[in-house]
Amino acid sequence: MSLKIEDNEVDIVIAALRPNLNTFLEAWRTFFSNFHLIIVKDPNLEEDLQIPPGFDHQVYTKSDMDRVLNGASINFSGHSCRYFGYLISRKKYIISVDDDCLPARDNSGVIVDAVTQHISNLQTPATPFFFNTLYDPYRQGADFVRGYPFSLRDGVECLLSCGLWLNIADYDAPTQIVKPSERNTRYVDAVMTVPLRAMMPLSGINIGFNREVLGPALVPGLRLVGEGKRRWETIEDIWSGMCAKVVCDHLGYGVKSGLPYVWRGVGSDTDNPMDSLKKEWEGVKLMEEIVPFFQSVKLPKTAVTAADCVIEISRMARENLASLNPVYAQAADTMEAWVNLWKVAGSDRL
Amino acid sequence: MENGSSSSSSVPSTPLLKDELDIVIPTIRNLDFLEMWRPFFQPYHLIIIQDGDPSKIIRVPDGFDYELYNRNDINRILGSKASCISFKDSACRCFGYMISKKKYIFTIDDDCFVAKDPSGKEINALEQHIKNLVSPSTPFFFNTLYDPYREGADFVRGYPFSLREGVPTAVSHGLWLNIPDYDAPTQLVKPLERNTRYVDAVLTVPKGTLFPMCGMNLAFDREVIGPAMYFGLMGDGQPIGRYDDMWAGWCMKVICDHLGFGVKTGLPYIWHSKASNPFVNLKKEYKGIYWQEELIPFFQTVTLPKECTTVQKCYLELSKQVKAKLGKVDDYFNKLTDAMVTWIEAWDELNPSVNAGTAAAGKPNGSAK
Repeated sequence: MSLKIEDNEVDIVIAALRPNLNTFLEAWRTFFSNFHLIIVKDPNLEEDLQIPPGFDHQVYTKSDMDRVLNGASINFSGHSCRYFGYLISRKKYIISVDDDCLPARDNSGVIVDAVTQHISNLQTPATPFFFNTLYDPYRQGADFVRGYPFSLRDGVECLLSCGLWLNIADYDAPTQIVKPSERNTRYVDAVMTVPLRAMMPLSGINIGFNREVLGPALVPGLRLVGEGKRRWETIEDIWSGMCAKVVCDHLGYGVKSGLPYVWRGVGSDTDNPMDSLKKEWEGVKLMEEIVPFFQSVKLPKTAVTAADCVIEISRMARENLASLNPVYAQAADTMEAWVNLWKVAGSDRL
Repeated sequence: MENGSSSSSSVPSTPLLKDELDIVIPTIRNLDFLEMWRPFFQPYHLIIIQDGDPSKIIRVPDGFDYELYNRNDINRILGSKASCISFKDSACRCFGYMISKKKYIFTIDDDCFVAKDPSGKEINALEQHIKNLVSPSTPFFFNTLYDPYREGADFVRGYPFSLREGVPTAVSHGLWLNIPDYDAPTQLVKPLERNTRYVDAVLTVPKGTLFPMCGMNLAFDREVIGPAMYFGLMGDGQPIGRYDDMWAGWCMKVICDHLGFGVKTGLPYIWHSKASNPFVNLKKEYKGIYWQEELIPFFQTVTLPKECTTVQKCYLELSKQVKAKLGKVDDYFNKLTDAMVTWIEAWDELNPSVNAGTAAAGKPNGSAK
């Protein structure tokens, strides 16, 4: 059931939160060179972007956003600017990596081609209905273990590939404060399917997904009041990831987590997390409400596309969460606006 | 039966929980593999379950503290209830779980040896299992950095703080390098495949998710989940084999999910040395491969009522549902239901109180040396 994904079916979306992309793009050149890059400039960034030559790319800025938004109230600032890239793309697949991440090395010292790994994850089936103890059964040298039902060995299409990070792990602000010098040095050589109904925190730092099917679910819905440019001052990816997982579970698709790793370091959240704690503490509190909400979401049989599902989720969020905090009503509005914009902007076309 | 006593040989380091853990080993061949494990196992008490011909003498290497039970012992201790313990199948190991008086069990097959990690260091599988069991599990939300309690890891951004205490870990499911634990059809298609990938992770199997539990390298908290670890009716006189650990794993997981306990899988690795004959395996598994297609939906949809607040109550309720829903798949499941009930009766008889130390234990055969 494996697919074959061609390079020209993939866009690589880079959210430029800092102007100098030279180091970043040079480091990724070998792996990005066959692909078209959509570079989205944070609308709050004033300086011009520095992009080295030789990349097939298109830059999108605030004026593009204003044009496409045409009055719709979606905030694409900060890390959320990447969602504009998802919207504007006409490719079937997206791979997106934060601009402070470089290629990692695996345990043998070989540089990891994160792009190829994401594509491989999306090409091979996911297995959400039963956990394989040897992890991804489609990897070379692995298979389904004894006791794995044969009828479930075809798997389902994987729509979302969640990669990981070495060095600066994607921790929240309180954890960073408690463990300021901890670095993730453990390269876990596995990809696995996140089982049906298991919820997980999606880190937007390093992902690949099927834009055609899942795009509407990756929504820049939840903005913290004091959301900032550091990863631990946001939970937009956490929210959209939970939407995406619920949608995949409902529609019968899969989500994988694990490889590829990127090396997250220079220029990232190494500044004083104490400042962020004030902002992100809000996010930490909200998670206590968000998780039970998503765990309780039941989508109707009539919701047969990601867009349908997102509309339903936004309705439920409005009903169940809006009274708890105004950010949820805002999220619901944004989700509806996003689905609408997705149609209007022709994002559902390839 | 013999009762071996430990010698005063030196032990490299202070073992963890040596008085709280029994190592249960089923064997029909020999116990030569214990020599390689000696540095890691010697401090612990072994429970050897000798399968097959009880008149055969199985030699235990010197210096180990052990009890050994053969079929005559099992029949004598359990009487008519011995019918629930399989014969000519390693499923008989679960007798060891029931006769033990310790809090933790580690069980390992006699063709499993010490593996090496990627740095070449020998893996102390038992120590890793203990680490897994004494630290919490996190079944309610998936942590993308796997076990957050491991050194060098933590909960990732977005992981709710209210879930960071975790729940008690009931089972630690280890893996194997070299000969992979494949079913017969896969073995036939890929006879040369070896598992060479060392995945440096322990993770919690999420609530509501089933998995194939392999009994080759397994540890559990006997006080928490012991009665659910029945390995079913396999082997001689039974229509099926090689589904003993699978059956136990599905029952166990459903009960753990209901009672709020966690199950971990991943490290430690052992080195699995013996490839069993795929044609022999196919004959044993054949029915299982078909029956599984009914079993999985059954386990995926099982619900246990609130009133089932102990493992035994859960297990008995499960047995009722097995009879009701699977009895029509094959009469085997009616027999299995009866055996499940017998198992719980036998368990409660041998373990009459929570403080297992005061339970009356069956005395093994033969005279002490």
